[in-house]
Amino acid sequence: MRRIISVLLENEPGALSRVVGLFSQRNYNIETLTVAPTEDETLSRLTVTTTGSDRVIEQITKQLNKLVEVVKLVDLTEGAHIERELMLIKLKATGSQRAEIKRTVDIFRGQIVDVTSSVYTVQLAGDSDKLDGFVQAIGTSGVLEVVRSGVSGIARGEKVLSL
Amino acid sequence: MELLSGADMLIRSLQDQGIEYIYGYPGGAALHIYDALFRQDQVKHILVRHEQAAVHMADGYARATGQPGTVLVTSGPGATNTITGIATAFMDSIPMVVLCGQVASTLIGEDAFQETDMMGVSRPVVKHNLSVRHPSEIPEIIRKAYYIASTGRPGPVVVDIPKDMTAPNERFEYAYPKKIKLRSYNPAIRGHAGQIKKAVDMMLAARRPVIYAGGGVILGKASGQLTELVRKLGYPITNTLMGIGCYPASDKQHLGWLGMHGTYEANMAMHHSDLILAVGARFDDRVTNATEKFCPGARIIHIDIDPASISKTIDADVPIVGPVDVVLKEMLALVKDSKEKPDADALASWWKQIDEWRAFHGMRYETSPDVIKPQEVVEMLCRLTNGDAFVTSDVGQHQMFAAQYYKFDKPNRWINSGGLGTMGFGLPAAMGIKLTHPDDEVLCITGEGSIQMNIQELSTCNQYKLPVKIINLNNQALGMVKQWQDMNYESRHSHSYMESLPDFIKLAEAYGHVGIRIDRKEDLEPKLKEALAMKDRLVFVDIQVDPFEHVYPMQVARGSMKDMWLSKTERV
Repeated sequence: MRRIISVLLENEPGALSRVVGLFSQRNYNIETLTVAPTEDETLSRLTVTTTGSDRVIEQITKQLNKLVEVVKLVDLTEGAHIERELMLIKLKATGSQRAEIKRTVDIFRGQIVDVTSSVYTVQLAGDSDKLDGFVQAIGTSGVLEVVRSGVSGIARGEKVLSL
Repeated sequence: MELLSGADMLIRSLQDQGIEYIYGYPGGAALHIYDALFRQDQVKHILVRHEQAAVHMADGYARATGQPGTVLVTSGPGATNTITGIATAFMDSIPMVVLCGQVASTLIGEDAFQETDMMGVSRPVVKHNLSVRHPSEIPEIIRKAYYIASTGRPGPVVVDIPKDMTAPNERFEYAYPKKIKLRSYNPAIRGHAGQIKKAVDMMLAARRPVIYAGGGVILGKASGQLTELVRKLGYPITNTLMGIGCYPASDKQHLGWLGMHGTYEANMAMHHSDLILAVGARFDDRVTNATEKFCPGARIIHIDIDPASISKTIDADVPIVGPVDVVLKEMLALVKDSKEKPDADALASWWKQIDEWRAFHGMRYETSPDVIKPQEVVEMLCRLTNGDAFVTSDVGQHQMFAAQYYKFDKPNRWINSGGLGTMGFGLPAAMGIKLTHPDDEVLCITGEGSIQMNIQELSTCNQYKLPVKIINLNNQALGMVKQWQDMNYESRHSHSYMESLPDFIKLAEAYGHVGIRIDRKEDLEPKLKEALAMKDRLVFVDIQVDPFEHVYPMQVARGSMKDMWLSKTERV
């Protein structure tokens, strides 16, 4: 099953390599990984999406917790949560395609953020399924370039991951 | 406040940490540190002949004393040579601090002479590693390194020290931190009271219980608590290879050790049990055999300081995360206070069954009128040293024979590389022990393959007068490899024998030691006695043993715990 694990990590050199190293060392999967400092500059927030059986996921969270630089973590998929990913996508847009693409972008609530006579660059945010859905709707033949940020997530309601 | 250079701060920190011995090898990036070492005499340095041996020495010391060992090496090859030793300590959770020189911080990343990314290279085999980024951080980093290495589930910690951090001309205020607190590292200090209560209720209701203890009992200094609890309950106990000595082997409740080469009765008791109390053990593949066939009728209570060890390979019904000594003490108090008592009839019939298993096989081997069996060498050594020696081993058949036939009644006496299985471990580990236990007998039981992996340390033994006794069970083959080839590859002995073995007697003599060869059975006892009588000399005893011997029992691959070969022809 797909899981989103959110980690508060000491913002120190080498800390990220320990997390990444752990996944490859123990043969765990990384689907996406995002990391950036938080409002507290001594901490980074890292979100990793992974798949595995319940036993594997339990081991992943335990092994992550063992890393000395991991301060706290939560498996967001255990409760209600919000998941977002940002995509920038460059599309071939000429002739009648231009209006069609514009309509599809509107339906997916994206924005065209850059335009040339033959290319639209579209920005789209949402969960990963929505981004996949957009690419499918456009059709791969018109796609020139895709860049996705990987998933960020946060719990719904009062629950917070902080010190 | 005192002003000290980074190098002087490093050595002062070791002094203030109470470190008496460090093991190492100098080189360019560590020279400022070696100079600081020279200008004091509180911390003593032992110069090895290869950095791997320095780590095994520190490891042997740590296993025998429970205190963290310390290593000092230079950058590049000095650092990479420590990796096998560090991985050995990591797999067996041995507390250790490895101080590595590094090229100057201004050169890092430029492929400088003797530069290696030691932080990256060591990362998968350390509990943690730390890099010095300013000389003034050194005291805190050293304090942190020892704290992390020796608390929670212990393990090796590497400290990477760029050369400019120890420069003699820059001085900083020195103060060694008394306390250390890390917001992201808080090992458990006690177990969950509700879980402990639940576990005790299950233990008292069990009809076929068995206690399965591991190296965590020794690392957690909990042998006393374990022994008391086991005796109070009257239950059978088995332990892992790493747990040898956590409960007296000569006690009647002890079934011997379990797993791939464990005793028949221990493996049978595990398989047929209805309750397993696992204490500081990790259900390693060399214990469980095929996990899907593991102990089908047993419910499992698992105590461990490391939550990741629980339900990793075998699901625990009652997990308890905490220090084993504290948890066992609470269990004992609950058992004493409980109105429930173990079912005496059920326990009596369980013991009757176990005694039948013991009588059926036990530990035995066939003797020969003229060939020396490796098992009888170990049995004789045990008798001649009253079972009270420190015994290190390398890896292979001799390791299993030593563990099977030397009866350890005390913890911290059986010293081997259980997890990583490192050949070349035995001699340097024995040296580390002998250095701090000069009045105790220290035996290195090895084979002619393993001993050659760190043979150069005979030179270190001469320099520091370390009279360990090397017992070389020489079967002229990589015995365990050959055994597997006999069993699984129709005896095609691919590269498992060595031609041109050295004359070990002359070799020992060349290094300034005594060599004794034993190739006749009638010489075994008198010559072993002669070797052991030479208290102040290192004696290399080269014993020609049966080259065809196999280690039994041996679990059948991919079977359950009860599926074993008991000899070359008997399978149960």
